[in-house]
Amino acid sequence: MNRNAAAWLFLAPALLVLGVFFLLPVLAGLGLSLTDYDLYALADFRNLRFVGLANYWDLLHRPLFWAALGHTLYFVIVGVPLSMLASLGTALLLNASAARFKPFFRTALFAPVVTTVVAVAVIWRYLFNTQFGVVNFVLTHLGIPPIDWLGDPHWAMPMIMLFAVWKNFGYNMIILLAGLQAIPTDLYEAARIDGASAWRQFRHITLPALTPILLMVGILTVSGYFQLFAEPYVITEGGPLQSTVSVLYLMYDQGFKWWNMGTASAVAFLLFLVMFAATALMWRFGEGRENLA
Amino acid sequence: MKPRVHAWLVNGALVACTALVLFPLFWMLSVSFMQPGEANNLPPPMLPLHPTLANYRELFAHAGMGRYFANSLIISTSITLLSLACNTLAGYAFAKLRFAGREKTFGVLIGALVIPAQVAMLPLFLLLKYAGLINSYWAVILPAMASVFGIFLVRQYARGIPGELLEAARVDGAGELRIFIQVVLPLMKPILVTLAVFTFLVAWNDFMWPLIALTGQQHYTLPVGLASLSREHVQDSGLMMAGAVVTVIPVLALFLALQRYYLRGLLLGSVKG
Repeated sequence: MNRNAAAWLFLAPALLVLGVFFLLPVLAGLGLSLTDYDLYALADFRNLRFVGLANYWDLLHRPLFWAALGHTLYFVIVGVPLSMLASLGTALLLNASAARFKPFFRTALFAPVVTTVVAVAVIWRYLFNTQFGVVNFVLTHLGIPPIDWLGDPHWAMPMIMLFAVWKNFGYNMIILLAGLQAIPTDLYEAARIDGASAWRQFRHITLPALTPILLMVGILTVSGYFQLFAEPYVITEGGPLQSTVSVLYLMYDQGFKWWNMGTASAVAFLLFLVMFAATALMWRFGEGRENLA
Repeated sequence: MKPRVHAWLVNGALVACTALVLFPLFWMLSVSFMQPGEANNLPPPMLPLHPTLANYRELFAHAGMGRYFANSLIISTSITLLSLACNTLAGYAFAKLRFAGREKTFGVLIGALVIPAQVAMLPLFLLLKYAGLINSYWAVILPAMASVFGIFLVRQYARGIPGELLEAARVDGAGELRIFIQVVLPLMKPILVTLAVFTFLVAWNDFMWPLIALTGQQHYTLPVGLASLSREHVQDSGLMMAGAVVTVIPVLALFLALQRYYLRGLLLGSVKG
C-alpha cells in the first residue's frame, strides 16, 4: 500500500469525527447566528429567515446580555487570580524541603479536580445553606453574622468563585510544582551563600523561572473560567435576581429553554470573540514581559 | 528563622490546607449515612448518630439512580474505547508517518483548540436531531469519539519511538497496519492507559452536552440525573449527599488507582509544542 494513502487511512476516523461533529457545526453555527431560527423553524424549516447581524445587534442592546457578560468577567477577573494564588501557594508548600508526606498531601489537594462538578456543586449548596449550612455555623461561632449566600445577589457569585477555586486549583498546582522542581537547586544554594532572604530568592529566582509556565497556565485557566455554566446551573439556577447568569447560562437558556437557536448561536460567538481577545491580550502582554526579563 | 520552626510552619500549613480541601468530601460521606432529617439539625452533627443506608436505598429504589449509573457506565466506557482507537491511529500517523499536508493538517487541529466546544453545540443538536439521534447514547458518544487533546498526547509520546524499528519492519515486508498493531501498540501501552483514564474521567464528569442531548430520563447520565434530582429534593440533604457519593466515588477510586498515569497525562498535555 502507498504510504501516503496508509497515513490518510489512519487519520480518517479521527478527522471524520472532528470534521462532522465539531468543525462543521462551528461553521454552521456562524450561519445559524445570522438567522432567526426559533421554535417555528424547528417545527417547519420554511419559517427560517436570514436576518444578517440582527441577532448580534439585538443582543448588544439587551441589558441581560451585558449583565451576563459582566458576571462572567467578574468571575474570571477575581476567580482566576485567586485560583492561581492557591495553586502557587500549595505548590510552594509541597516543594519546600521541610514538607513531609508529600505524595499524600499532593494527592489529597488534587482530589477535587477529578470529582464531578455537579456532585460537588450539590455539596456546596448544602455547605452554604443559609439556615443549616456548616459555613454559616462556623461564621456565627466566629462572631460574624450569618450570610445569605444563596439568596443575596452580592454573595452568590463570591460563593461560586470559592467553589471554582476549591474545585480547580489542584490542576495548576501539579503543573507549577513540576515547574518548581525543574529549577536547579544550585541557584538557591548560591543565593543563600550571598545572604539573599527567602523573599528575595522567590522574587529573583523562582518567579522569573516560573513566568512562562504561569503565563501558559493563566491563559488556559482564563479560557476555562469563561466557560462558567454547571456551577450556577446547579447551585443557584442563575439566581438570585439573575446575579449568577453567565454568558453560557444565557446561551443555554436562549437555545434550549426558549429555542431561540439563532440568538443563542450569536451569544456563543460573542463569547468566543471575548475569550479570544482576552487570551490574545494575555499573550501579547506576557511575551513583552518575557522579552524584558 | 529556625529550621525547626520553619518545618512546623510548612507542615502545619499543609495540614490546614488539606483539611480544608477534604472537608466537603468528608462531609458528603458523613451526611449520606445520616437518618432523614438528621442533617438539617443545628449545630450540624459531624458524624451520623445512627448510620443508615436509607438514603442509598431510596436513591436506587425510587430515584432511578441505578439506571443513571448504568447509563454513565455505558456511555463513558464506549467513549473511552472508541476514542482511544481513533486518537491512537491519528496521533501515531502525525508522529511517525510521512505524508503530504501533515504539518498543515495538524496545525488546523491545534488551531481549533481555541474554539470553545459550546460554539458547536447548537448546530450539533440540530444535526443530531435531524438524524434522529437526540436522546440516545449515540448523541453523547459520537461527538466524543475523537479529541484534539488525545491526538496531541499520543503524538507527543509516539515521537519517541525509534524510526529504525519501523523501517526494519517495513524492510521485512510488513504492512503499515501490521506494524501499527504488532510493533507500535505494545510500545505505547503507558500512554494508552493515561489517555484511557483521562477520557473516562472527562466523559463521566461531563455535564453540559449530556444535559442538552439526553432529553429523556431513561437516558440520563449520573450528573444530569443528579442535577435534576437536586432541583426536586432541595431540602433532602441526606439523599443528595448519597447521590453525590455514588457519582464521585467511581472516578475518585479510578484516579487513586491509576494516579501515576493520570498525572503524567496532565503534565504531557500542558507542554504545548
